[in-house]
Amino acid sequence: MAAVEPRLTLRGDSRVRRRRFVNRLAEAGAALAAFIAVGLLGIVVWSIAKRGAGELSWGFLTKDLPIPFSPDKGGIAPLLVGSAVLVGLAGLMALPLGVGIAIYLEEFASSRMRMVVQLAVDLLNGLPSIIIGVFVFGLLVYGHAQTAWAGSIGLAIVMLPLITRSSQEVLALVPRAQREGALALGASRWRTVLGVVLPSALGGILTGTVLAIARAAGETAPLLFVTSIYGRSIDWNPAHALPNATVQIFIWSESPDPADHERAWATALVLMMFVLLTSLIARLALARSRRRLGR
Amino acid sequence: MTEDEDVRAADTMAPMRPVDVASRQESPPQSVETVFDIQGLTAAYGPNVALRDVGLEISRNVVTAVIGPSGCGKSTFIRCLNRMNDDVSSFRHEGRILYHGTDLYGDGVDPVEVRRRIGMVFQKPNPFPKTIYDNVAWAPRVLGLKKGLDERVEKALHGAALWDEVKDRLRKSALSLSGGQQQRLCIARTVAVRPEVILFDEPCSALDPISTAKIEELIDELKDDYTIVIVTHNMQQAARVSDFTAFMYLGELVEFGETTRIFTNPNDRRTQDYITGRFG
Repeated sequence: MAAVEPRLTLRGDSRVRRRRFVNRLAEAGAALAAFIAVGLLGIVVWSIAKRGAGELSWGFLTKDLPIPFSPDKGGIAPLLVGSAVLVGLAGLMALPLGVGIAIYLEEFASSRMRMVVQLAVDLLNGLPSIIIGVFVFGLLVYGHAQTAWAGSIGLAIVMLPLITRSSQEVLALVPRAQREGALALGASRWRTVLGVVLPSALGGILTGTVLAIARAAGETAPLLFVTSIYGRSIDWNPAHALPNATVQIFIWSESPDPADHERAWATALVLMMFVLLTSLIARLALARSRRRLGR
Repeated sequence: MTEDEDVRAADTMAPMRPVDVASRQESPPQSVETVFDIQGLTAAYGPNVALRDVGLEISRNVVTAVIGPSGCGKSTFIRCLNRMNDDVSSFRHEGRILYHGTDLYGDGVDPVEVRRRIGMVFQKPNPFPKTIYDNVAWAPRVLGLKKGLDERVEKALHGAALWDEVKDRLRKSALSLSGGQQQRLCIARTVAVRPEVILFDEPCSALDPISTAKIEELIDELKDDYTIVIVTHNMQQAARVSDFTAFMYLGELVEFGETTRIFTNPNDRRTQDYITGRFG
């Protein structure tokens, strides 16, 4: 039986098969790395939820901090208030400054100045947060007293590069034609920025700020030396050291009392839910405003 | 083939009214006042020279068209006239642009004030993402012309032949308008600050033929009140709307003169080749 010998074979010899195998292997490795990232997030969320959920209750969210070793379980209301004050003040400080820097970089700076300032902002972003904590401690707390003001300045330093970068990105998306249209009407550069560029960019800038807030809410190191000795009850006054979630998680996790460990897990769960949800919502909003501008 | 037929033969590109330059009745107004006196203008972006030694005079209350193939420097040229190139860091220039005798690039000249007097309408309609009313009212507000703002807006929209189409929806977003309406809104926006000159940088290149015809009619009306310079790569458009035409090629001004003459009896071989569609 004479089989027809095809002149062209597309099946590939052993070398081709080997290359295909290596290709599959590399693809599988890369996919595995991606799955590990997703898996890690899943494991972190799951383990914290599992250990923290038992303690969660309305009372836990609304009561004052517990007295150590007392049978009364207490709650974390002062931590929520304190963290909100700290992060809120930090946002109020970092937002105008960050947006101002972004406007300078995108609208006014010469290319050389832009390079220099941008590098400084990026370096600030890479600064270890414990260094920020030590810096603020040395500058404002050493020889004085712990205050929430000092803590919020530390957090503002953390937020500043994030807000600057995200605002810059949104400003760059505002079409050049919009700026030229305004300039051609005899408007000054500043009026153009104020009247035409900023209104278009506002949504994106605000969502970038929310992302930065979510990030700052999880910072411990900048607060550790400057607002860590505080009372048990709700306090809104930024001139005092205020109870706050991250430092308290640290304190509880170091405590010899197992009940404190439970509280640390539960507080971690609350903090994590806040951070995850705000980032998720802000990212969705950011994607939306980016799409709108990109049109 | 007569010159006339040559022009028509080149018209196949544009689905517009037939061009009949030779029979245009009105002759350009015999204006003597020079608005722009451009002398030896050379301009470059970094190492790329975009304009070489361009010199011409632009008169008051006439339409001057600048034509030429893509990349001939016509956009660079018109953007020099209101200093829109100031923001391009690599831009530099030589020569003088006298505006009513004052060098636009001279010492102490404020580009913001230059642009207030010399407005510009761009290639793509670029209304602000605001309401129709606010698009027109924004610049007067910024410039402190708040008195009689409503009348000013209405007049500007009338001036841009847009009032009847938008008078019932002034508070709607400008982005809800069609492309042609948006471009007329941009003209209204420019007219609202009452400049002396309006520069049009290929104002119809993004528009359909009907919208284009409306803009062209509008330009014809606007020249009673404004000095107009229009850049276009559509030579039929230049033939229809302009009184004077400048033909540019590879950064040089090849020929400048009355539109009727440029299109019927060009002096330069390159002009003739271009308007007859041999290149471009």
